Amino acid sequence: MSYLGHVLTHLRKDLQLEWRSRDSINGMLFFSLLVVVVFSLAFDPTAAMSRQIAGGILWVALLFASITALNQAWTREQRNRVLDAQRMSPAPPSALFLGKAIANLLFVALVEAVLAPLFIVFYNLHALGQGWLFLVVMPLGTWALVCNGTFFAALGLRTRNRELLLPLILFPISIPALLGMMQATTAILTGEFEPGLWIRLLIAYNIAFTTVCLLLFETVLSAE
Amino acid sequence: MKRSRILGLVGIVWLLASLGVIAYATRLGLILAPVDALQGNIFRIIYYHVPTSMLSLLFPYVNLVASLFYLYWRQRDPLKALTADAVAISSAEVTVVYATICLWTGMLWGRVAWGIWWTWDARLTSMLLLWLLYVSYLMLRRLSSTGQTHTLAAVLSVFAGIDVPIVYMSIRWWRTQHPAPVFGGGGDSGLDPSMRPAFWFNVLGWAMWGIFLLVFRYMLERRRQESEQDAALQAIEASLEIAQ
Repeated sequence: MSYLGHVLTHLRKDLQLEWRSRDSINGMLFFSLLVVVVFSLAFDPTAAMSRQIAGGILWVALLFASITALNQAWTREQRNRVLDAQRMSPAPPSALFLGKAIANLLFVALVEAVLAPLFIVFYNLHALGQGWLFLVVMPLGTWALVCNGTFFAALGLRTRNRELLLPLILFPISIPALLGMMQATTAILTGEFEPGLWIRLLIAYNIAFTTVCLLLFETVLSAE
Repeated sequence: MKRSRILGLVGIVWLLASLGVIAYATRLGLILAPVDALQGNIFRIIYYHVPTSMLSLLFPYVNLVASLFYLYWRQRDPLKALTADAVAISSAEVTVVYATICLWTGMLWGRVAWGIWWTWDARLTSMLLLWLLYVSYLMLRRLSSTGQTHTLAAVLSVFAGIDVPIVYMSIRWWRTQHPAPVFGGGGDSGLDPSMRPAFWFNVLGWAMWGIFLLVFRYMLERRRQESEQDAALQAIEASLEIAQ
């Protein structure tokens, strides 16, 4: 089986597992909806102000929501000691990682697809910049969160306080990416400055960290 | 043990020397150096703030290099790997201490010179993020279970090492796009020659002190590792005796 074949097998397995329970997608959806509502109540923004803050709120909501799903991502593999079997299998460990990261990307993307219309309704948004750039910023930003998030969830798998540890190490590392996605989103919504620089930052961040994640995943999987 | 006594002696001499340099540098900085023409006596905090900030940018590299060595040696030579790990944790702790001092003295200065404790300026923000990164590194070391702490921490250290330049660039872009309110002065016009000896002696003193802390913490970590190994060995021996 080729490398791509392994990745696709892992991806199919994760999608199938999620399709049977739909736990993490439902959890993420409801959680991010709650964050949007709470922020809306807290700030009570006008149309002009909401354009300024919506980028930040959208990504904070997605960040928190994806943390809840990422914490669960590897627990499935721990049941019945599946992870030990994965460790012994001759398939490349990075394929396991890539499959799971892509699965998480699809889950969060689905949440975004549902959340975006709600966001537009609740915050009275319409983009003053180039709206189509969202199609670039959203996948890039989501991948930045999900790739590192999946990696750190695996890293914290056998630690005490697993749920606590993930945000503690994911947030500091993600700050440049968060800055990039929030700034790019605000730039598109307000049309006041160019998002190009921030999109380039996101691309560079994604390339750098995806490479490191793929290279170091084997070390983390077999850390004993 | 001859060797450990010599090492202990070197350590004490080094400690006394660094204390001596710090004492001399303090006299130079707080008493002998002239008062700054614009800022008055608060300027003297630069003799602590700048050296600690320089050193808190240096120790993360020690941590990164030690972590890379750990990952390289992990399976080839576990004993050497443990030494690298001891260097990694001690440099991370010294980084956090120095970055804390840097942020703290910076805030004290800012309160007097700018009238505010904190501003989201490029340098302040990147230093704060550096501090956050290494605190999260120490948190990971604390929360992970003993068998795998070294590996997981070394991996995180590599991530932090890659993150630092990206953080630095992104924060600079962020601040140039949203200019912060202009606070008077602050331009790097260079040090007056009469202030240079005080400044460089402080750099030397605090560097020596930092190295002392690092080596001291390293020795402590080595002892902890050795006692852990002894305990593991005894446990294995005890279990063998029961089996017979």
